Amino acid sequence: MADPMLLINDLHKNFGGLIVTDGVTLHIGQGELHAVIGPNGAGKTTLINQISGLIAPTAGTINLNGVDITGMPADQRAALGLARSFQITSVLPGFSALENVALAVQAHSGTSYRFFGRADRDQAINEAANSALAEVGLAERGQIVAAHLSHGEKRALELAIALAMGPKLLLLDEPMAGAGREESERIIDVLRQLKGRFAMLLVEHDMNAVFALADRISVLTYGRILASGAPDAVRTDPQVVAAYLGEEME
Amino acid sequence: MGRTTVAASSAMPARQTNRVEALPAAIFLVLALIPAAALIGPESYVLGLFTRVMIFAIAALTLDFICGYGGLVSFGHAAFVGIGAYAAGILGAHGITDMLVTLPAALLVSAIFAYLTGTVCLRTKSVYFIMITLAFGQMAYFIAGSLAPYGGDDGLTVRLRSTLFGFQVLQNDRALYYVVLLSLLGSYLLCRSVVYSRFGRVFRGARENSMRMATIGFDVFRYQRVGYVISGTIGGLSGFLLANAAEFVSPAYMSWQRSGELIIMVLFGGLGTLHGAIIGAAAYLLIEEVLGGFTEQWKLIFGPLLVIVVLFARGGLLGLAGSIRGRLNRG
Amino acid sequence: MALFVVQILNGLQLGVLLFLIAAGLTLVFGVMNFINLAHGVQYMLGAYLAVMFYAITGSSLLAVVLALLTALGFGLFLEFVIFRHLYDRDHLDQVIATFGIIIFLNQAVKTAWGAAPLTLPIPEIFSGTIVLMPGLLYPVWRLVIIGSGLAVGLLLYLLVNRTRVGMLVRAGATNARIVSALGINIRRLFMIVFGFGAMLAAFAGAMIAPILSVEPGMGDTMLILAFVVIVIGGIGSIRGAFLAALLIGLVDTLGRSFAIDILRLVMPPSPARTVGPAIASMLIYVLMALVLYFRPGGLFPARGR
Repeated sequence: MADPMLLINDLHKNFGGLIVTDGVTLHIGQGELHAVIGPNGAGKTTLINQISGLIAPTAGTINLNGVDITGMPADQRAALGLARSFQITSVLPGFSALENVALAVQAHSGTSYRFFGRADRDQAINEAANSALAEVGLAERGQIVAAHLSHGEKRALELAIALAMGPKLLLLDEPMAGAGREESERIIDVLRQLKGRFAMLLVEHDMNAVFALADRISVLTYGRILASGAPDAVRTDPQVVAAYLGEEME
Repeated sequence: MGRTTVAASSAMPARQTNRVEALPAAIFLVLALIPAAALIGPESYVLGLFTRVMIFAIAALTLDFICGYGGLVSFGHAAFVGIGAYAAGILGAHGITDMLVTLPAALLVSAIFAYLTGTVCLRTKSVYFIMITLAFGQMAYFIAGSLAPYGGDDGLTVRLRSTLFGFQVLQNDRALYYVVLLSLLGSYLLCRSVVYSRFGRVFRGARENSMRMATIGFDVFRYQRVGYVISGTIGGLSGFLLANAAEFVSPAYMSWQRSGELIIMVLFGGLGTLHGAIIGAAAYLLIEEVLGGFTEQWKLIFGPLLVIVVLFARGGLLGLAGSIRGRLNRG
Repeated sequence: MALFVVQILNGLQLGVLLFLIAAGLTLVFGVMNFINLAHGVQYMLGAYLAVMFYAITGSSLLAVVLALLTALGFGLFLEFVIFRHLYDRDHLDQVIATFGIIIFLNQAVKTAWGAAPLTLPIPEIFSGTIVLMPGLLYPVWRLVIIGSGLAVGLLLYLLVNRTRVGMLVRAGATNARIVSALGINIRRLFMIVFGFGAMLAAFAGAMIAPILSVEPGMGDTMLILAFVVIVIGGIGSIRGAFLAALLIGLVDTLGRSFAIDILRLVMPPSPARTVGPAIASMLIYVLMALVLYFRPGGLFPARGR
């Protein structure tokens, strides 16, 4: 069996006396779309922040494609193929949509310690950036300054930035947060297209999306995994229904 | 609430840059013609004044580079001017004036200072960055003031301007003027190239959202430090030229008030434009000269003028010009 | 030994002075996120006003009271006319605008009172020295400064920790937006904070006037030191400002007095005499750099920034 793309082993995170991650063990296979669901406050975003390198775990290890990334800073993890989108949109507001994505491409195509030659005239980078924008439906919006994009377009831009990195694992932190019905449908379509191309960890509240997309689901409550497995199994697991899904279905 | 991210946009929309090219070209043309115009008036006074303007313009544009484009507000930038000046001054005191030695020395010391202080400062954010750059500026100031063999607090007279292979190439004020002009042009073009380059894009991106940049794959700290070193090194160049022009070096070159003045120059002209820094330096120094000529109490006017500029002329003089142009177009 | 004790007391005196100035600065910064470079000239103004009112009234007490009231009024005037428009602006804009005020005021006092340093006599009862130890005479006025500074510190502590306004100030220092959203009149809170801070700085100026020469620009050095204090202490924290101020007062004073002697332990006297004063002046900046390196938020950061 091939190495799992992501292997989290007994991860712990305390903030002083507050235990946010309480022994999480999780694995995601190559090309698998793995959803993490759970009530608010369960520690989902903290988990993503530990995987992407913005928060250091108190204990436990994280392996990306066989490499131990537990102590690595975020930028090194990105170089190894880890991309993420943020729950609260995080783009470069003063840059155009195209330049936002172009920077992601630039990070993975040669050195950025080049001081001469206009970066925005680099054909290869611009082409790659434009195709990432097209994948998320922003092909026409490349020249627009990111700050002037609509909320939904910014979410799509986040996705385009992540795609442009040529990721092996994409972390999606509530991509549908604040999106209307139409936008959500669009995002689900895009994600469905991307399925299988690389591994994805999807944190979401929107159950339509989760059950439409996930290969496997893990349920996170109070910082630990309550259940983990195929969608149908999880959906009918009595513990899960009691703790979380039961309330959702209401 | 007040923030330390600066208001100017780091992205450069293509339309704007083409229109704006005309202005920097005009500036350099005017500067090139000054010595000719100066034949009419008191020559050495005008030459001397504009030489100083250009020297501070170099320092200001390096500050604009890290501040306007990189979002790094340094309150200790005058330290680089002082370091460059003292390198020339100290070597000169020992009889070494050949610029093939003194200039690289000035640049090297500035670069090292920038690297070391940058390593500490760049770990901090916003207001702490302002304070710690101030601290290092003060340190440089006090070290210079304690160099008794080189004048201490009173400063050091530079008896000979820089030479080249023994020839006193800078002794003539005109020659010095043109050397400074070329240095300004060179610094401007270099900074502009860096701003638009791959490196520059990362540097500017770090100002917009450093967390995003990290998760894309950039070690933001390293890029910022390189930018800081570039800025400091060219700042050292301006100090070297200042030592030549003034024929005097003093710790006052690095006081925090001087660092504040550099910030004012950058803001006056318009943050994040490079040529704005040149305009700002000219505006600041010329206002100082003109107002100072009228009255001893010119600062009574200048102080409130600054406040008014900040409150009402966002984007400095260039921003003002832009909005006036905008209003004329619409009207 | 006696010299050592004297320098410790001098260090405490400087520390207390720094605290008076830094307290207002850290509150304004913590609550309104406003970098006020003009705080130093408020200190200077306190000194000049004390001199002026003493010349008019002949009474030290009256001079100080009037100076404080005038400084308060002036501070509120600045807040109302200029500063409140700057709270939402970049720190950079705030730096420039308040720098402009420094330039203006330094020139204004020069115009009004001349550039020559002025003096203020120490109030009769407090002039003179007392014997602290055999062979150790110390000026009473300096002890008064230390005492009043500590008293103000205690007062501030009580105000900030035991009163409703103080609670609002502490809340504002942690998260001003929420305080405003709770319906508290944040404008009025800002004015109170600002006015009080201005008075403290003026008080420091008035107290030090009898000892130091009152001249244009006297606020500039103190301003820088005060900023170092609040950065080390942690922005928004009165406790941090108090401890950092005492620390800096002591380090700076003791450093300057004993640097040469300490260096002479490891190097010959001549270089020690050159390097000593340089190191002494740099000491507090080195200290600040060290603190920021290990604790980028200062020693007692008010959380939420």
